[in-house]
Amino acid sequence: MTGSESAANSPLLTLEGLRKAYPGVVANDNVSFTIRPGEVHALLGENGAGKSTLVKMIYGLVKPDRGEMTLENAPFTPANPAAARAAGVAMVFQHFSLFNALNVAENIALGMDNPPSPRDLSDQITQVSEAYGLPLDPTRIVGDLSAGERQRVEIIRCLLQNPRLLIMDEPTSVLTPQEVEILFHTLRKLTSEGTAILYISHKLEEIRSLCEHATVLRLGQVVDTCDPREKTASELAEMMVGESLHIPTRAKRDLGEVVLHLDGLSLPPSSSFGTSLKDISLELRAGEVLGIGGVAGNGQDELLTALSGEILAPAGAVCLHGNDIGALGPNPRRELGLLTAPEERLGHAAAPDMSLTENALLTGAVRENLTTHGFLKWGSVKDFAEKIIADFDVRTPGPENAARSLSGGNLQKFVIGREILQRPEVLVVNQPTWGVDASAAASIRQALLDLAAGGAAVIVISQDLDELMEISDRFTALNEGRLATPRPAQGLSVEDIGLMMGGAHDMHEAEAST
Amino acid sequence: MIRLEKRPSPSRLWTLTTPILAVIATMIVGGIMFWAMGKDPFETIRTIFWDPLFDETFGPYSRPQLLVKAGPLILIAIGLSLGFRAGIWNIGAEGQYIMGAIVGAGVGLAFYPTESVFLFPAMVIAGAFGGWAWAMIPGVLKVKFGTNEILVSLMLVYVAESILASMAQGLLRNPEGMGFPGSRNFARDFPAASNLEVISGTGMHWGVVAAFIAVIFGYVLLSRHMLGFQVRLTGEAPRAARFSGVKPTRLILFCLGTSGALAGMAGLFEVSGPAGQISIDFGSGYGFTAIIVAFLGRLHPVGILLAGLLMALTYIGGELAQLMLGLPAAAIQLFQGMLLFFLLAMDILSNYRIRLTKKGAV
Repeated sequence: MTGSESAANSPLLTLEGLRKAYPGVVANDNVSFTIRPGEVHALLGENGAGKSTLVKMIYGLVKPDRGEMTLENAPFTPANPAAARAAGVAMVFQHFSLFNALNVAENIALGMDNPPSPRDLSDQITQVSEAYGLPLDPTRIVGDLSAGERQRVEIIRCLLQNPRLLIMDEPTSVLTPQEVEILFHTLRKLTSEGTAILYISHKLEEIRSLCEHATVLRLGQVVDTCDPREKTASELAEMMVGESLHIPTRAKRDLGEVVLHLDGLSLPPSSSFGTSLKDISLELRAGEVLGIGGVAGNGQDELLTALSGEILAPAGAVCLHGNDIGALGPNPRRELGLLTAPEERLGHAAAPDMSLTENALLTGAVRENLTTHGFLKWGSVKDFAEKIIADFDVRTPGPENAARSLSGGNLQKFVIGREILQRPEVLVVNQPTWGVDASAAASIRQALLDLAAGGAAVIVISQDLDELMEISDRFTALNEGRLATPRPAQGLSVEDIGLMMGGAHDMHEAEAST
Repeated sequence: MIRLEKRPSPSRLWTLTTPILAVIATMIVGGIMFWAMGKDPFETIRTIFWDPLFDETFGPYSRPQLLVKAGPLILIAIGLSLGFRAGIWNIGAEGQYIMGAIVGAGVGLAFYPTESVFLFPAMVIAGAFGGWAWAMIPGVLKVKFGTNEILVSLMLVYVAESILASMAQGLLRNPEGMGFPGSRNFARDFPAASNLEVISGTGMHWGVVAAFIAVIFGYVLLSRHMLGFQVRLTGEAPRAARFSGVKPTRLILFCLGTSGALAGMAGLFEVSGPAGQISIDFGSGYGFTAIIVAFLGRLHPVGILLAGLLMALTYIGGELAQLMLGLPAAAIQLFQGMLLFFLLAMDILSNYRIRLTKKGAV
């Protein structure tokens, strides 16, 4: 073996027997694997499998209880993220930590340990962004950037430190397909220079096209390793879940008459960094599932609140069965059969510190007849909560537990179940499976399809395109508050979808400059 | 090393026991303070907590006082707790209390010297109206212009105090009072408008009855009625409340209005009973102390009932300690402040678990 070969094959980062326990739960136990220079290493696992804890240990945010890490043959025990960065480990988080009111260069300077002078930094940003095909103007205000551009800010902040290991947590969840391509291009370029990438994602197709190694975590332990290029997506999913997955099936159904009709719905933004809705029109038929894609922050939340009745609509803009309901609040709309499930589970769809029983009352009071003259029928409320828990397989000791004690997936099943059990005529859900593990997500999708098969109309707003393609009859997308014309989902190509979502920002410049 | 760890849901056990622990901690630290002041801590604590109820000499006098003091505190605190539950901070109950007393007493004095049995109920309604209207000022300003109800309600206390001074010296002054400030004395001169004891010698006047009714009303509202659920929901998760169909403006006006009306009623019961007349120094701080009572009682109606009685006890016991042991009034106030401090500090136990960890094992 020659010297250069052994250098290329010697591991960059080795983890051995890492363990981290939190009270009541072992987040990681006996986790060992190695990452080699220049490889894209995928970390696979359901929510709660321990991926976040693991990368937090590598990034110095959490100290392992036991086990050792070795970075380039030297013991690696970062006391904090600054130490990890100094050793050459950088991380791009799923949720951006950027200040909307500052510009790109200022934001990057804030995240650096020793920022250079503003002028030098701007030059460096331009240089790096050109070198890696990530166009970004250092003088732009972050509040005006798209999610994809914000991610570039985070990536460039990392690249300026010349990392040897780049950790990316769910980087594509906020990107259009075109933007994903740009990102992958950048990542491949990085690996060709010897940088290793630890890649966390739920999106199995992406992992298959990008990664050479995958380590699968389940319940905090490494259960398998594989070369994802040699596996199918469903094989990978089964490795994660540990059981075979139920794939939602749709029954044949006939579309009925138009139940929900939006006509030129325009609303101003509710906050200074909110999105305005611009001239949204659509017709929704009974028995139909309409998928609305789009990158987060393009008006999804606003559309849902306009439909739920939290924000009132101008006259004639929102009609249910031909009646104008724009001026009605949430409860009168529920009475007429229009139900909604917002994206944010804790704090919007449910009250975190209240019991499941009380959360069942939160939307169920009117349709489930849970009050007499304003007095609560706690017995009926509890029965309703127990029915949701039983019918939708919500894992909890009982309805008296606080909503925040449930895992994300379980609470989501509760929230969706609460609306479905009220027999809606129109159900609007926003990100129904966001942060939900694969098997729970499959059962939620099945429940939505069954609801449509029963004659209800369903709108699913989601960032997960695979999900939308799986369950939608028609597809459309929100882009900067505008809704594209819905098209039949079957036969729609990825390019079509990407264009409906607004394509890639600055993509043409990117191609021109590289 | 001590670490705090958030509980998945608040502990019921600790929620119930922290008030008791807070009282014990107050006694210990208060005792040390009294000791440092050169007093016998045990005797002082006994004088404050035990003598008012069970001492042979003072008991018969101070036992009725317990209800007299606790009545307005409970009545006001029940109203405040509704708003506090919903995250609506009415700090100006003192002003509403004063305005209720002025309006209610004004109605009574306007009909002097009638003997109609309807006069007193009319005064109660007028008192509630006075407090309600005074609380509507921050309410409407908040709803219409987004002003901060904490500041507006608090500042209106000082306006109310000035109105009180003006009334005592002007419009409501006793025409037969030889020019001294202060209105006619209801108890002495005007039986039909007087807030009498329901059971003689117990201190149980109509205001105390109203306080007990308010406790029941508050309990039923919060635990059995949709409106109470909406109040709690708004406090816990405002966005979820809106999603659930709560109209924020209505809820703000309801909470401020109810707390104002109850505070106004308390003022009327006080002016027509224990205080006896509108006078410059009528405002005695019940409206502010009721804030402590509301929190001490965990914003729960039954808790407020107990907290009101406890607070009244420290008032009476404190006065007794001033009288018997020569303690300064400031020491008693400090002692009461400690009670709230410890209660809020111990609150952490119901939301967090305390864990002792060995050094290095973090």
